[in-house]
Amino acid sequence: MSQPVVALRGLSYAYPDGQQALRGVSFAIGAGESVGLIGSNGAGKSTLLLHLNGVLKPAAGEVLIHDLPVMAANLAEVRQRVGLVFQDPDDQLFMPTVQDDVAFGPLNMGLPLDDVQARVAQALATVGVSHLAARAPYRLSGGEKRLVAIAGVLAMSPSILVLDEPSAGLDPAARRRLIQLLSGIKHTRLIATHDLDLVLDLCTRVLVMREGAIAADASPEVIFADAELLARCHLEMPLSLQRRT
Amino acid sequence: MSRLHAALQDFDALDALAARPTALSRLDPRVKILATLGFILTVVSFDRYTVAALLPLALFPLLMAALGDMTLRSIGRTVLLASPFAVMVGMFNPWLDQRPLLSLLGYPITGGWVSFTSILIRFGLTVAAGLVLVASTGLPQICAGLERLGVPQVFTTQLLLLHRYALVLAHEASRMSLAHELRANGKAMPLAVYGPLLGHLLLRALQRAQRIHQAMLSRGFDGQLRHRPSLRWQRADTLFLALCGMGFALARQVDLAHLMGQLVLGWLR
Repeated sequence: MSQPVVALRGLSYAYPDGQQALRGVSFAIGAGESVGLIGSNGAGKSTLLLHLNGVLKPAAGEVLIHDLPVMAANLAEVRQRVGLVFQDPDDQLFMPTVQDDVAFGPLNMGLPLDDVQARVAQALATVGVSHLAARAPYRLSGGEKRLVAIAGVLAMSPSILVLDEPSAGLDPAARRRLIQLLSGIKHTRLIATHDLDLVLDLCTRVLVMREGAIAADASPEVIFADAELLARCHLEMPLSLQRRT
Repeated sequence: MSRLHAALQDFDALDALAARPTALSRLDPRVKILATLGFILTVVSFDRYTVAALLPLALFPLLMAALGDMTLRSIGRTVLLASPFAVMVGMFNPWLDQRPLLSLLGYPITGGWVSFTSILIRFGLTVAAGLVLVASTGLPQICAGLERLGVPQVFTTQLLLLHRYALVLAHEASRMSLAHELRANGKAMPLAVYGPLLGHLLLRALQRAQRIHQAMLSRGFDGQLRHRPSLRWQRADTLFLALCGMGFALARQVDLAHLMGQLVLGWLR
């Protein structure tokens, strides 16, 4: 692997109530890789993602983004490089209009207004929602909200795109559109999801989490052929691989 | 549908109104803020026993509502919703001030009742003007206007986020109340349930607010909102402000209601 874009070394984290969420997680992701992060509810996926841009601080271990340690002094740079799309777009969209919301990140980066406007237009065009620019985000459909949330992150030109449950709550057509969109984006990607068919469509590598640790790290074919591993981690074979009886 | 849900829809409708292009929404937010502020100052500057002289001032919110394409019903409903506060402020006046001030059809009316009526009218006028301002301008524009008028950004950012989080809290509350309603079988909520329910609501809203904050941090938020709607002060703005100023001065100096009454009486004679 070339120089890793993301590297985790012995990452551990416990919530204030004492619940141990991550136990010594280590892995590295190279440039251009598309990695799926799967595991049961409460396995630690979302907690792990929040460490990648320093929203949560590890109790032990470290996170490196392009060899830059994630710490208070580097937060601005790290947050520009790691684009994190939240599970619930309603948590992410808060400005009065779609274009204001997409401009939020670039404005925080201190870019000149012309650049910001160009980035907003480009990001909205990439996800195909330019026509929603003047709308209020909370009046959009679930699928539209998700696309706008992704545009808001893309406008910051991150080098790695991190998505938490991107297909949750979408109707089949919106989910298909999302998969097409994500397969066209050439970023390094880390996708946490329960949608195993989406992993099969989009990812070349799969990390399986169980009780706060990495239980397996291999290609989708290897992971989804291991029935014992899937059962142990509360997972199943993707529907498209299951033979109907 | 729960009453809370209906109130929320009113709130959402208020937000949507500001986005519509009307004669009023085209004005610079600074003009509307200054005019509303001038109106409120005029209303509160009257003597505590003033009733009739306040009435012509109702023209301002009525005119603003007409220019902003707003229905009187939606404004009236929200004013009524907030009216218990005004009633509480003035409810002891009739007991405290029992001096007869004037007589109506032979019945003496005490100073307390007159000042109580005056408080209710002032409340109705100022709240209606404030509502029309928000509904015709939208909070983001109001905050931008306030900032240009010299209000420190720390206050305007707080105001904007308060608006956003109030909506979050209200939506959480609406969902909880619906969940209760669906299984309550038509029974009212017992008082003992309110406490835990409110605690639960607070925790849920806190969790959600934390996620929103995390999402903001993830996009580089450092405590400062850099969003700047562009504002342009035009000749129509100056004209509007000058007309409002003259109207307020006239209403303050001349008792228009009294004058009208004299005119009508003179005509009748």
